[in-house]
Amino acid sequence: MRSDKKSRILFAVLAIALLLLPFITDTLFGRGWVRIVDFAMLYIMLALGLNIVVGYAGLLDLGYIAFFAVGAYCYALTGSPHLALAFPLVFPDGVHLSFWIVLPLAALLAGGFGVLLGAPTLRLRGDYLAIVTLGFGEIIRIFLNNLNAPVNLTNGPQGISRIDAVNVAGAPLSVTQNILGISFPPVHLYFYLFLTFTALVIFVSHRLEKSRIGRAWMAIREDEIAASAMGINTRDLKLLAFAMGAMFGGASGALFAGFQGFVSPESFSLMESIMVLCMVVLGGMGNIIGVILGGVLLAVLPEVLRHSVVPMQQAMFGKIVVDPESLRMLLFGTALIVMMLYRPAGLLPSRVRRRELGSDEVAEKA
Amino acid sequence: MEILLQQIINGLVQGSVYALVALGYTMVYGILGLINFAHGEVVMIGAMLALSSLTTLLGMGIPPVLALLLSIVLAMLGCMALGYSIERIAYRPLRHAPRLAPLITAIGVSIVLQNLAMMIWGREYHSFPQLIASHPHTFGGAIINDIQAIIFILALAIMAGLMVVVHRTRLGRAMRAVAENQHAAQLMGVDINRVISITFMLGSALAAIAGLMVSANYGLAHYYMGFLLGLKAFTAAVLGGIGNLRGAMLGGLLLGLIESLGAGYIGDFTGGFLGSNYQDVFAFFVLIAVLVFRPSGLLGERLAERA
Repeated sequence: MRSDKKSRILFAVLAIALLLLPFITDTLFGRGWVRIVDFAMLYIMLALGLNIVVGYAGLLDLGYIAFFAVGAYCYALTGSPHLALAFPLVFPDGVHLSFWIVLPLAALLAGGFGVLLGAPTLRLRGDYLAIVTLGFGEIIRIFLNNLNAPVNLTNGPQGISRIDAVNVAGAPLSVTQNILGISFPPVHLYFYLFLTFTALVIFVSHRLEKSRIGRAWMAIREDEIAASAMGINTRDLKLLAFAMGAMFGGASGALFAGFQGFVSPESFSLMESIMVLCMVVLGGMGNIIGVILGGVLLAVLPEVLRHSVVPMQQAMFGKIVVDPESLRMLLFGTALIVMMLYRPAGLLPSRVRRRELGSDEVAEKA
Repeated sequence: MEILLQQIINGLVQGSVYALVALGYTMVYGILGLINFAHGEVVMIGAMLALSSLTTLLGMGIPPVLALLLSIVLAMLGCMALGYSIERIAYRPLRHAPRLAPLITAIGVSIVLQNLAMMIWGREYHSFPQLIASHPHTFGGAIINDIQAIIFILALAIMAGLMVVVHRTRLGRAMRAVAENQHAAQLMGVDINRVISITFMLGSALAAIAGLMVSANYGLAHYYMGFLLGLKAFTAAVLGGIGNLRGAMLGGLLLGLIESLGAGYIGDFTGGFLGSNYQDVFAFFVLIAVLVFRPSGLLGERLAERA
């Protein structure tokens, strides 16, 4: 056990480092990388949300990005001039609700979708949930792509642009703000917004993990029959995990829409779901620090690949043989297989999970 | 009336392909209790292999029919090797691991296959060469062309053949025994690993043929075609009762019908609000409906209600 004082100092150092991170990144690597760090934060939030579903409750959700999409479109529609196109009489300037009103709504709506999807499947075996969520992820994309006719609701593949920026204390985060003589460009401002939310998500996850609910989820994950014999209402608790993960996804989606100012269906492809799943699996299912590590690694990896693989190939072959995008996916796929085969509990396994997944190797093939 | 008949014909042809793919899911599920997520990608690889070898063989001046037969065989062999390796690498080591583990490796395999295919064959659509002049036959006002007829009849023949293998041969008996109870089968002298490998290879061979059929029917093949096809075939398997061979066939044909009738009439039902571009959505709603009302499927006896 670390002494209380020591951990407090460590926490303070970490907090200061995080607060300075956008400025350090800006000076060392340039503004573009601050944006990448912002996206990494979004991914961490998503991964922590999925961690509740996959890591704690042991339910495989393969369409997690759909909830992210629901949240993102929720804010895109209620915080942009877009609805003026569909309903010019009702909303001549579109709808411009405050982000802070939409955020809980987006989370609730995504959670509602989660319940709708989970209710029929969660009483069955886990595999069904996996395939239904996989289908749901695609269906949401089909609807987003096609709901531009006859009423232009989503603007189809072009997506919705000119989404209002997030306002904090009346100041929009989309313009550079001067606070105490220091100028904060938008990417920095959003960094602090995301940092706050990430901290919140971490706090909630941490508390959940140790709570009665969290322990029940882990019991279900480890042995559902035993858990229900102990008086746990497995169906309701699985549904709760699923809905809660969806809510985190929806909230992150609203943040994404505000940050980006633009959403289109192509941001919500299956590959994004897989990427978030990879973060959870790679880092260590059920372990918050592991999932954060996974999120950081996988959010930064594509950028590193883009900056290294492309010039390298150009130098070696004079042209791009393998584009970084498919190389990234290839690595993800391989990582999923290799991790499951050799280190099923992840890079930083949670203690319970290690015990559970590690012991199975003893069981020889039948 | 002609339109209805036409939709039924299109649905049956498409459905017979779903049935072939669904058989692959259902056989593996019946024996291992595992959803082989990568199966859709095996179909895609089959289509791509067949198409590549077909164009190469035609380029060498081999007569079309012979080239077609050769490329089917090549694609089947390729897919069988692929199915075998998938099972060996991604599933066998995890046979006694928690459920989540093989599901995740399956996803991994399917991503790897998809991206490998994209690297090898590129992102573009590959068109299927016109081999036989496909004559349209009018049939009560609806049109069925030669390719569709061949697909339908061939699919039925293959399914009949599979039923014979499963119910009349020694191998089939071993397969059914392993599906019933692995340990008991092993005690009776059945080599489980061999039976499981053969099951994967059989399923993959069917997938190769299905892949070729899809690309011949639509005239196109694409590295991404396996995903949706796999999802639909899985739905077909669940609809019929997963683990049940007859169920997979019935489910496939039914799903094909539902899709083509649904896409044909959705515009009329919704007053033009939703169009045929929602065709891909039907399978999903069928899946949800089956899981809500009859999770064991139409012909399934065993209810899959285990954690």
